[in-house]
Amino acid sequence: MLIKTLLSLTALTLTLTSCTKKQEAENSAGTTAAESSEILVGEYGSMTGGEATFGISTHQGIMLAFKEVNSSPEKLKGKTLKLLSLDDQGKPEEAATAVTKLITQDKVMAIIGEVASSRSLAAAPISQQYKVPMISPSSTNPKVTEVGDFIFRVCFIDPFQGTVMAKFAAENLKVKKVAIMRDVKSDYSVGLANYFKETFTKMGGSIVSEQTYVSNDIDFKAQLTSIKTSKPDAIFIPGYYTEVGLIARQARGLGLKVPLLGGDGWDSSKLFEIGKDSIVGSYFSNHYTTDTTDPRAKDFIAAFKKEFNAVPDGLAALGYDAAKVLIDAMKRSKSLTSSTDLRDAIASTKDFAGVTGMITVNEQRNATKSAVVVKVAGDNNTFVTTINP
Amino acid sequence: MVDFKRSILMPVLVILVCLGIDYVVPEIFNPYLQTLIAYSGINIILAVSLNLVNGFTGQFSIGHAGFMAAGAYMSAFLTMTFPHWAGPIVGLNFFFNTIAGGLLAAAAGFAVGLPSLRLKGDYLAIVTLGFGEIIRVVLLNIEAVGGARGMYGIHHSASIFWTGFWVFICCFTVTRLMNSTHGRAFLSVREDEIAAESMGVDTTKYKVRAFVISSFFAGVAGSIFAHYLCYLNPSSFAFMKSIDVVVMVVLGGMGSISGSFVAAIIITLLPEALRPLQEITTIDFRMVIYSLTLIVLMLTKPQGLFGELEISDLFRKYVKRHS
Amino acid sequence: MEAFLQHIINGVSLGSIYALIALGYTMVYGILQLINFAHSDVYMIGAFIGFYSARWLNVSDAPGYGSFFSVLFIAMIGCSILGFTIERLAYRPLRKAPKLNALITAIGVSLFLEYSGQIVFGATPQVFPNILEDSIVATFGEVRVTKFDATILITTFALMLILRHIIQHTKLGKAMRATSFNGPWASLMGINVDRIISMTFVIGSALAAAGGILVGIKYPKIEPLMGVMIGLKAFVAAVLGGIGNIAGAVLGALIMGLAEEFVVGYGASTYRDALAFGILIIILLFKPAGLLGKFTVEKV
Repeated sequence: MLIKTLLSLTALTLTLTSCTKKQEAENSAGTTAAESSEILVGEYGSMTGGEATFGISTHQGIMLAFKEVNSSPEKLKGKTLKLLSLDDQGKPEEAATAVTKLITQDKVMAIIGEVASSRSLAAAPISQQYKVPMISPSSTNPKVTEVGDFIFRVCFIDPFQGTVMAKFAAENLKVKKVAIMRDVKSDYSVGLANYFKETFTKMGGSIVSEQTYVSNDIDFKAQLTSIKTSKPDAIFIPGYYTEVGLIARQARGLGLKVPLLGGDGWDSSKLFEIGKDSIVGSYFSNHYTTDTTDPRAKDFIAAFKKEFNAVPDGLAALGYDAAKVLIDAMKRSKSLTSSTDLRDAIASTKDFAGVTGMITVNEQRNATKSAVVVKVAGDNNTFVTTINP
Repeated sequence: MVDFKRSILMPVLVILVCLGIDYVVPEIFNPYLQTLIAYSGINIILAVSLNLVNGFTGQFSIGHAGFMAAGAYMSAFLTMTFPHWAGPIVGLNFFFNTIAGGLLAAAAGFAVGLPSLRLKGDYLAIVTLGFGEIIRVVLLNIEAVGGARGMYGIHHSASIFWTGFWVFICCFTVTRLMNSTHGRAFLSVREDEIAAESMGVDTTKYKVRAFVISSFFAGVAGSIFAHYLCYLNPSSFAFMKSIDVVVMVVLGGMGSISGSFVAAIIITLLPEALRPLQEITTIDFRMVIYSLTLIVLMLTKPQGLFGELEISDLFRKYVKRHS
Repeated sequence: MEAFLQHIINGVSLGSIYALIALGYTMVYGILQLINFAHSDVYMIGAFIGFYSARWLNVSDAPGYGSFFSVLFIAMIGCSILGFTIERLAYRPLRKAPKLNALITAIGVSLFLEYSGQIVFGATPQVFPNILEDSIVATFGEVRVTKFDATILITTFALMLILRHIIQHTKLGKAMRATSFNGPWASLMGINVDRIISMTFVIGSALAAAGGILVGIKYPKIEPLMGVMIGLKAFVAAVLGGIGNIAGAVLGALIMGLAEEFVVGYGASTYRDALAFGILIIILLFKPAGLLGKFTVEKV
């Protein structure tokens, strides 16, 4: 009976897999026909699930960059760029599957993604294995680009940004006692908090309270009440705007009036919409400011508003820049068929004028660019200071 | 003769078949489909093992992802810290690490199984759910395994061979178990606990046993998952993962091993098969269609795909009807 | 001491929100023995109905109790209809099927609402309109009680009293209790069981909508997946109190709220969720049917 079961199961598996096999053959036939006039670029991100809002912002930034190239008269060396975006639902294993599909089945030329380092770390080894260049728009964990020589990023890394805010707190704000509130579920938040703590204590400050929360929480009063009893001069909250707005509201509601500090995860128009007056006067490190005189950033914001009817957030800007860096490299690349040529072109990116600053790719394949510290002042953020790497 | 066949021929045959699959699969399928096959294998182990608790023993566990996480982290941790403790052969190390992961998960299963002494139905479900969440939160806070940053750089030891091997071991164990005295005892606990008890079945012992065996295989699945993906993050073992496995079990039919087998494959492949739709419409309807499929299947086939029957029973029925 | 008082106020305010959602779980469970996973998503839809109706009524310019109650009313009506529809289409055909089937359908409905929500409303969080102005109603030294806290507490308890009245003192309530006690027998007594079940869903969903609006005004960030975590906790609270028991759900929710608050407040914020579940498991070990649930000994 057992053998019969096994046999029938094997037969079933074979039929099922042969079905998918057929489908795959059709797919690959479809792409080869169009290969001559198109360049395929893959993107993977969290389009659905708990972190969909970040994935979608990034996706919109990338789409805008692609649209601009395709509508320019010379296009990209006469070819159109085609973006294939796959959803990973915010799960590392899905990210790995999506990238495997993009590379081995759709045969993309390069890959853009992911927002979160956890997903990038799951997918990067695959990109490296098949030697397809991958540019991450906003994975800040230093380990991501350490995977190999085909993995790049256009954002800050945690050590840099954590240090920036620690320096700012100690030197510009001249605070001595800081409380930290980190998102224990987000590697970005944990990383920033660690480096902030390290630098800040080295500079003579002290961390008086360390509290944690979890992404998608809505109530932070317990943490804030504890923080209040430790009487800090400032609170460092390296998280995303989705929670920080609520945290600010509840902090003010409890009578905590000290400045809040944060990182580029704060950058969104939603921050002020949710936080209202409570968030005004807080500081965060970012790539650029909205009160910028820089024409590129201005053009980008205007174009984004026109296309998506929304103010771009930091992730959209980084997605846009990741795509722009890739496009720029493709233009400079010796050939559009060899992935090593493309990798060399990305690696030699120097002083590329992106929306988020002058991007130079260094030896560790990270972007070096200066950070600005901005102050939340209503709908606009005002420039406070620039801190160089 | 029967003994010879059972004790030597079958294992040898299985290893040969697995090696054959291991050789053939990379030849026929591209790496993407190979990944899907591996994930199907992992899900089959999860679904079949959960079926032992939910389907055969009639308990209600919704914390399978927690056991999977325990096994995954344990084995990955061993692989990272002691890469060659069982000798120079990678496969052998992986084999022993997997067993270690499974054992830790089994210990966790024992700890969860004990409260089932007192708890019934949904109360037990909440305990398993809570336990799964506790494991995840604890993992998020242990820096030695990376916390929220995850565990990166695990050796890629899990091949299609190992996946197939463990799928077989799992299905074989559960099948043999269900056709033995113990299996009858499991079923009796499901059908009527009081009657079983009055017939001399130690229901507590069997419930705990079901939990331990089931979590052992969940741990094994976790280990394969860890060594296939080469990266671990607590977010992979969230509450929804447990729910996914429950869905596989119910969809396949409670108490049908081949049902779980097929349902696991379907649940793994369905979202991937829907990807082209996303490319055409640019809106991600995948999960919407997935959820609708779930509802419609439950409304039209309330017993699951196979009910309580195995695929061989269905085959026999079919032959009978047409002869 | 002040921090302690503040923690109690925070915990009660959080717990009363859990309570509103837990009531819906417990009512449906009491009658159908079904964990209605979609309940937390009805709550999410309630918040979104509030969001759109406030926009449509244009009440965000005139915050006050008038606009609060009109938005609350619309959301409760909207969610009642939704709850009724879900029961009719997804659960009623499975009345005679095994319990787990209905559970899977509930999960399916839940996923459907969440993911179609992400497509229809967008995944980006929306800012709930300002339909009620916050202010401080009482201070004791450094401890503050805000108008939102007070409103949430009063609304929750008012709704709970109404619910209690319905269940204990009306004909409908009597029928509900009878159905919950024994469905087939109730129908022999001339009770239209299907109608009673529909009514249960209608009432439960209306309570969820109220929860959505209250959360919306206090934490003005709403998104399609906002119900997942809070729903899970509310459900745990319902089990803690003894699922199927109305007073138990409220008690369980308050315990959950306070436990979370104190775990975070006194040291172990990283282990908050783990400890909340840990407390639950320990309580269940000593009271296997929850705090107020009746432990029924099975007889042959």
